[in-house]
Amino acid sequence: MTTLAINNLNVTFSTEAGPLHALKNVTFDIPENRIVGIVGESGCGKSTLINAILGLLADNGTVDDGSILFEGADELTTLSASRMRDLRGPRISTVFQDPMGALNPVISVGRQMINIQYRSDLSKEEKTQRAIDMLELVRIPDARAALGRYPHQFSGGMKQRIAIAMALMMEPALLIADEPTTALDATLEVTTIELLKDLQQEIGCSVMFISHHLGVIAELCDDVVVMYAGEVVERGTTRQIFQNPRHPYTARLLECDPARQSERTRHLPTIPGEIPDLRARPPGCIFANRCHRVQPACTAPPPDAVIVDGHIARCFVANEPTEVGGIA
Amino acid sequence: MLTYFVKRLGLAAVIVSVAMFLLFCMIYLIPGDPASVALGPRATEEMRAALREKMGLNQPVILQFWNFYVGAWTGDLGEEVLSGRPVMTVVLEQLPFTLALIAGGITWSVALGIPLGCWAAVSRGSTADRIVGILSVAVIAVPSFVIAIYALLIFAVQLRWLPAIGAGEPGNLGDQLTHLILPSLAVGLGWVGYIARMVRASMLEVLEASHIRTARAFGLPDRMITYRYALSIAILPTVTLLGVGIGQMLSSAVFAEIVFARPGVGKLVYDAILTRNFPVVTGTVLVTTVLFVLLNLVADLIIGALDPRVRSSF
Repeated sequence: MTTLAINNLNVTFSTEAGPLHALKNVTFDIPENRIVGIVGESGCGKSTLINAILGLLADNGTVDDGSILFEGADELTTLSASRMRDLRGPRISTVFQDPMGALNPVISVGRQMINIQYRSDLSKEEKTQRAIDMLELVRIPDARAALGRYPHQFSGGMKQRIAIAMALMMEPALLIADEPTTALDATLEVTTIELLKDLQQEIGCSVMFISHHLGVIAELCDDVVVMYAGEVVERGTTRQIFQNPRHPYTARLLECDPARQSERTRHLPTIPGEIPDLRARPPGCIFANRCHRVQPACTAPPPDAVIVDGHIARCFVANEPTEVGGIA
Repeated sequence: MLTYFVKRLGLAAVIVSVAMFLLFCMIYLIPGDPASVALGPRATEEMRAALREKMGLNQPVILQFWNFYVGAWTGDLGEEVLSGRPVMTVVLEQLPFTLALIAGGITWSVALGIPLGCWAAVSRGSTADRIVGILSVAVIAVPSFVIAIYALLIFAVQLRWLPAIGAGEPGNLGDQLTHLILPSLAVGLGWVGYIARMVRASMLEVLEASHIRTARAFGLPDRMITYRYALSIAILPTVTLLGVGIGQMLSSAVFAEIVFARPGVGKLVYDAILTRNFPVVTGTVLVTTVLFVLLNLVADLIIGALDPRVRSSF
């Protein structure tokens, strides 16, 4: 079964300077028990995507078209506010990027962990015990005492582990992890990723893992969705995307990964140009103005080209062979 | 915690000392001779000289200040010019009335201001928000004595719902409370506006915080998010504001006590100024200064109780 099926999703924000088309024709699936990585630069629409799924779009944002089907039953774009609130937490849990600010500073960790179980029929002692069990699972030392402490009394890495414990305590069907390790240092990042993977297997949920760290994505994820300027430009299995990128943007993004630099160089490669203004999207390919393989045809909307089943790139030249070594 | 408290008390002592110095200078510079006022125009020069001698007005200024300063710290604020009663006794007699008035004012301002501010913040941009905004500015702009007079006219004279003057029968708590409603409204109404604006502004800020996004992402009910998760943080600047606001409420209390003919330190100081009863003036102002400083300390302690981050820095 597919945990989350997003089909042709379009989100627009009304701004003073006109409508901003933040997500355009976004389609991808999160299959059951799989970890799907979402990768893209800042401003590519990752946060809008999360908010659209959670029903937490800002007041000026609307879903114009498309569907987000959760567990084959709930259409999240049209769900009532109260039903959506019932899904948030128990069925779809989220770990946010900023571990420093993600927990309430004036409510004790234990109180916050008990509060999010407010729907449960368990007694207060049982809820407390569950919170302790979860904190132990994410290796918080002296979990019982930790319940009485406040967020500022923990380090950043511990706070992020507490946030993960809170999200997984709900035993959700889908865990959304929004750059959960970006604010952590490299050692902590590795342990947190390993922890997340272990817990995902233990609980058996699907994960939508958002990151701009390609190494983490390659390490952790089964599938990868590459986003650019509010569009899914390429999606496929991690192997397909990393071994055989077919969209020029994916190819350049992989080249720009510092971990892939084999030689000493003064300049890290970058993709020249900037994301176009989303208030005035070009009618054709959104990446055309920065693309090294741009063609006259690119002024028309590109198709979602199927390379093999499940590997799709929104590009005219996706099925043409890439020139070997010609793009560095 | 204890060191913090001791440090704050030390600071409070310095503030009170500076206030005493300023107060002494002001009283000293006021024209008019307390001895002639106390004895009336028919007193002989010898009688006035004797009284000046008794009040210590012939001593050097420095020594006068020193006597006043040391006396005040030991609880001796001098004697009332006319009756000769200790000023401390006179002020402490009147103090409970004013404390009740200010407590009532704070109750009004908090009970109305906080819910209105929350409501305005949650429904930002709506008609309700705008009405609360306009009303807030309006009640801030109107002086408290005007509110006092109109409250008296409408509720006591026209509608006859509430008593007009006095503080109620001694010993009858219910009667005293009904006598408190209007004067404390006059003292507190302006602060409804301040608090509503303050709570709205800090609520809007807190509601944008990422921990509120987390709370929403866990599907917590809106009421819990607004009142438990957001308000418990947004309230903190309001507590500080109220601590400072008590100073202004003390001056509003002067007007309210005169308009409603209530006993209290405001009325006491007003009468004392009219009769040039300087020991009472100094004594009252000094006691209210101490009160103000102490209540600010209480406000800081309340913030410590509400915010664990502040608590651990004590």
